[in-house]
Amino acid sequence: MSITTPPVDASAIKPTFTNISASRKIRNGLATTLVTLSFLIALVPLVWVIVTVLVRGLAPVLNPDWWLQSLNGLLARQQGGGVYHAIYGTLAQSLVAAVIATPIGIMVAIYLVEYGGRGKATTRLSKATTFMVDILTGVPSIVAALFVYAVWISILGMGRSAFAVSLALVLLMVPVVVRSTEEMLKIVPDDLREASYALGVPKWRTILKIVIPTALSGMLTGIVLALARIMGETAPVLILVAYAPYINFNLFSGNMASLPLLMTVERSNPTAAGSDRIWGSALTLILLITIFQLIAAALSKLTAPKTK
Amino acid sequence: MAKRLDIKDVDIYYGAFQAVDGVSLTVPPRSVTAFIGPSGCGKSTVLRTLNRMHEVIPGARVEGEVLLDGEDIYARTVDPVEVRRTIGMVFQRPNPFPTMSIRDNVVAGMKLQGMKNKGQLDQICERSLRAANLWNEVKDRLTKPGGGLSGGQQQRLCIARAIAVQPDVLLMDEPCSALDPISTLAIEDLIGELKKDYTIVIVTHNMQQAARVSDQTAFFNLRATGEPGRLVEIDDTDKIFSNPTERATEDYISGRFG
Repeated sequence: MSITTPPVDASAIKPTFTNISASRKIRNGLATTLVTLSFLIALVPLVWVIVTVLVRGLAPVLNPDWWLQSLNGLLARQQGGGVYHAIYGTLAQSLVAAVIATPIGIMVAIYLVEYGGRGKATTRLSKATTFMVDILTGVPSIVAALFVYAVWISILGMGRSAFAVSLALVLLMVPVVVRSTEEMLKIVPDDLREASYALGVPKWRTILKIVIPTALSGMLTGIVLALARIMGETAPVLILVAYAPYINFNLFSGNMASLPLLMTVERSNPTAAGSDRIWGSALTLILLITIFQLIAAALSKLTAPKTK
Repeated sequence: MAKRLDIKDVDIYYGAFQAVDGVSLTVPPRSVTAFIGPSGCGKSTVLRTLNRMHEVIPGARVEGEVLLDGEDIYARTVDPVEVRRTIGMVFQRPNPFPTMSIRDNVVAGMKLQGMKNKGQLDQICERSLRAANLWNEVKDRLTKPGGGLSGGQQQRLCIARAIAVQPDVLLMDEPCSALDPISTLAIEDLIGELKKDYTIVIVTHNMQQAARVSDQTAFFNLRATGEPGRLVEIDDTDKIFSNPTERATEDYISGRFG
């Protein structure tokens, strides 16, 4: 048995497909131009900043002394010296903040996703927490700094110190960590939780051994990005610690420099040496943040679930 | 191993909505019971109440009794974690743990319950993979991620994982619906073998599958849209598919509705 199809008379039928209309071509062209232009406009200031910082800041940064010495004993107009005291300050203050903020943020996120219920069954505490986290996310860093000043220094009578800065940074970092961790935990499929429960694994162990390892890659990225964000915060260092041109390893007392603080202090220095220090510090800060982001990317790749 | 399940007058709710009304049936040990019926009739919901997975969903609750060899799994003193250890489950979509190797997936249950002895874990791994007819395909790549296997292999991996904790009962929620016919056949053969040691309850949309693998079949249906699902009829599979008592069952099986 065979099927025969009558031949198609091409001239007799109207074509099914017509050319793209002129108006659509124009609209497509306009939209493409608009989107590309917006991209370029957004790119201009970004490239400009990077180029300026590189041009002005590269020379001082390339000097090994920059990474190995402080500005102790140097006059404002004297060239030379380095900023390792400020690099130490920035790293110490933000890492201490991260060590405090990360566990708090992760545990809040675990509560919200795993215990706070969802949809209509969301608990009151969970709703209140989400609301507070939203508010905290919008708190300006100067407000966080003044709050720590009021509580830690005025009421509790502690001195100004690097640790006070860390406390203000904790306030800024916790909501960011909560948010990013929450998003990561939410995208862990419920299938995996159920598979674990069905094996007779208790809920807490399921969270610890199944949910967190699955979300770990994204969680790490979020934490390091939050860390990178607080490293450049300026308001807390201006209010909660005084500048020192020398190294101070003690987090709990004395003055301590940090890169943003050094930059604002050197702003009042009109000499070429001051300008070098400002741009050098800016470049150093960008470099540090870039390094952290590269570490985040590497960690995230390392911990991501694999299929091969 | 292999215990008997008695379900007595079970009502199941999602919040205020009653999903299932008054289901009573008995699942004898070392047999396969199939649940069939149109979508939304509550058969998966009933299955999930048999190992207290239903209550994982917020607002969900169960009334009535589910007895495992006479013991009520919903008694106040019973720990749901313990129930799930005794009554295992395989899900519709294969869901191996993405962060774990094939071996770790199989022994995940034992490991997460606290077993540390490596030799013993290896033994359980091999035994479970052999029981799931997967050993020969994966024995050379046990340390590779479970997510790299094909869909059918992943589902057998999930079955191996479920039987590694040595449950008394194995619940399967449409275990073949995401698989091709060859993988389905492999799993059906496996069910036939597992029946020697386990009590099995399987939900399926595939009536030929129910006819092939099960000893008794339960037909669930809704009276009308929005009403709770109920058990229409349960009987020997041969009888259900040749001469069912209820008209609705016959209509469904012969394809007149559903």
